[in-house]
Amino acid sequence: MHDSQIPHEAVVISRTQESRSIFSIGLQFTDEELNKQYRFQPGQFNMLYVFGIGEVPISIVSDPQGSDEFIHTIRTVGRVTQILEQLQPGDRLGIRGPFGRGWPLQTLQHRDILVVTGGLGCAPSVSIINYIMLRREQFGRLAIVQGVKHSEDLIWHDHYQQWMQQPDTQVLLAADVATHGWPWHIGLVTELLPQVELDISQAATMLCGPEMMMHATAQMLLESKAKADQIWLSMERNMQCAVGLCGHCQFGPDFVCRDGPVFNYADVQHRLSRRGL
Amino acid sequence: MSFRGFLPRERFDTLFSILHKIGAQCIGPTVKEGAITYAHLSSSAQFPHKVTDQQEPGSYRLTPTTDARWFAWANGPQALKPLVFAPEEILWRSERNATGTIAFTTDAAQMPLTAVIGVRACDLAALALQDQHFLHPQGQDASYASRRRQLILIAVNCTHPSASCFCHATGDGPEVDQDYDLLLDELDHGFAVRCSGATGEQIVQQLSLEPLQPSQLNEIDNANRHAAEQQTRHLPATDLEQVLNTLQESGRWQDIAERCLSCGNCTSVCPSCFCHSQHDVPAADGITSTHVRQWDSCFTQGHSYIHGLVIRNETRFRYRQWLTHKFAGWIRQYGRSGCVGCGRCITWCPVGIDVTEELQGLTEEYNNA
Repeated sequence: MHDSQIPHEAVVISRTQESRSIFSIGLQFTDEELNKQYRFQPGQFNMLYVFGIGEVPISIVSDPQGSDEFIHTIRTVGRVTQILEQLQPGDRLGIRGPFGRGWPLQTLQHRDILVVTGGLGCAPSVSIINYIMLRREQFGRLAIVQGVKHSEDLIWHDHYQQWMQQPDTQVLLAADVATHGWPWHIGLVTELLPQVELDISQAATMLCGPEMMMHATAQMLLESKAKADQIWLSMERNMQCAVGLCGHCQFGPDFVCRDGPVFNYADVQHRLSRRGL
Repeated sequence: MSFRGFLPRERFDTLFSILHKIGAQCIGPTVKEGAITYAHLSSSAQFPHKVTDQQEPGSYRLTPTTDARWFAWANGPQALKPLVFAPEEILWRSERNATGTIAFTTDAAQMPLTAVIGVRACDLAALALQDQHFLHPQGQDASYASRRRQLILIAVNCTHPSASCFCHATGDGPEVDQDYDLLLDELDHGFAVRCSGATGEQIVQQLSLEPLQPSQLNEIDNANRHAAEQQTRHLPATDLEQVLNTLQESGRWQDIAERCLSCGNCTSVCPSCFCHSQHDVPAADGITSTHVRQWDSCFTQGHSYIHGLVIRNETRFRYRQWLTHKFAGWIRQYGRSGCVGCGRCITWCPVGIDVTEELQGLTEEYNNA
């Protein structure tokens, strides 16, 4: 058995600049055998290694049964992502993964689904939305609620436009601050929740974004008779080993890398809004 | 396991010879830089002689004693942790050639067969905890596992607990009852010997032990009982997991933070703390790089860093994380508290913060709420 603490070489197949600070790279392992074996679930993540710099955990955004490449959408924030941003097709890097628990796909079959996202480039949400879009007949109604700080932060305009056209699909967008001509809501993402056309008490909800936003959203959904154990959320913490050994990602008694990053809200609701945890 | 016989003090070094003969290096206690530390030893002459340790919150001193026993002390700053969970080690190497391809290699951790003499009950309990973590079925650590297999554990029952010790309260000591190869009880003129497993049996066979006298057995019994009774620190007799999870917003965390230096000494000396960081060390040649892991502490800024944000940005959050993880988180993670009562975090805390006192205070606050 290969030690999951050691990376495999991968090569950049494609590259897309999504916005000024967000880009996507499509990757393949250089070992053909590994490409064949590689399986992941939406919501899981890989550790991306840049030679001589280090590793960073990034969610996998592409479809698990998609093309030969797996795609990461990355925002440039630190040393490792700054180098990742410069990678071009043909460049090499290291990959370990996939790690963690993804979205509860089995539980979602034939149900109405609400996806609420705060912030930009939230890859875990996009992975589940894309998953549903490619298997539309296996799911009920879908409501996508997306908030960004500034209207100019919104990426994937064409995705949202496309999703808006789909049957049984509602897309609601909000920006805290908007430039002239922003056709959607100006304000917090939670302010859009009353407009969601779903039976919240029966729907399954996926949340991704800042903890306070997920906490506030979950609180509002509970008031609308949502069941706590029918809400899932994707958590972020410092992750270095990705296999539950290094201790950095501990969130209460959970290791986010191994027990998450997707958690059931009922299991974490008392910890979610706690400062400094 | 039952007693196998008596090893006279003057023949103790035959144990070193036997261990060398089976290819084991010997590590044991010796006095170094004013503390009992574990080092490579070749004879009993290097054991501590006529010294004992005086421990209290924020203080560790070796003092002379008339007691001629070699193990007339409680413990030093180290446990078995540095031997199996290396303070720093290379996880893997990467090499980038001229065409840009990257190759990854790893050197399997190499440790010769290693006999540790003078292991305490708290050390064995902590080793069992680290085993649960590093040998986890969902992600076993290869280098820990390879070193762990090389250990021969020669325990010596602790008859001189320090004022910081509370292993009796955690149920982990002072008497050893698990996971040893040899277990020794020190008497004036030598050691009573017990063994467990094939390696222990093999060593005992070669030791030419003498019969033990009933009076010696009585003495051992008394000494072990006395060691437990001597311990003055206790843990509150309550559900600490419940107390800690309830009091996450207690004002006591800020009170502690005003004393705590966030230095991480407690996590370094704690025999169960497992946190480590990883970083890349590129060589100047631009071709090779090593990926290194190093002990880390939940008291550092970097421990909770996430894209531009430090989640535990105040000392009160860090102390709360440490104490809550140790006495509550461990129970959910591994089925028991992560504290074995060795008292090191109390002794080696530069400002003398005492976990038992803080837990007592929190328990009183909980009971009065």
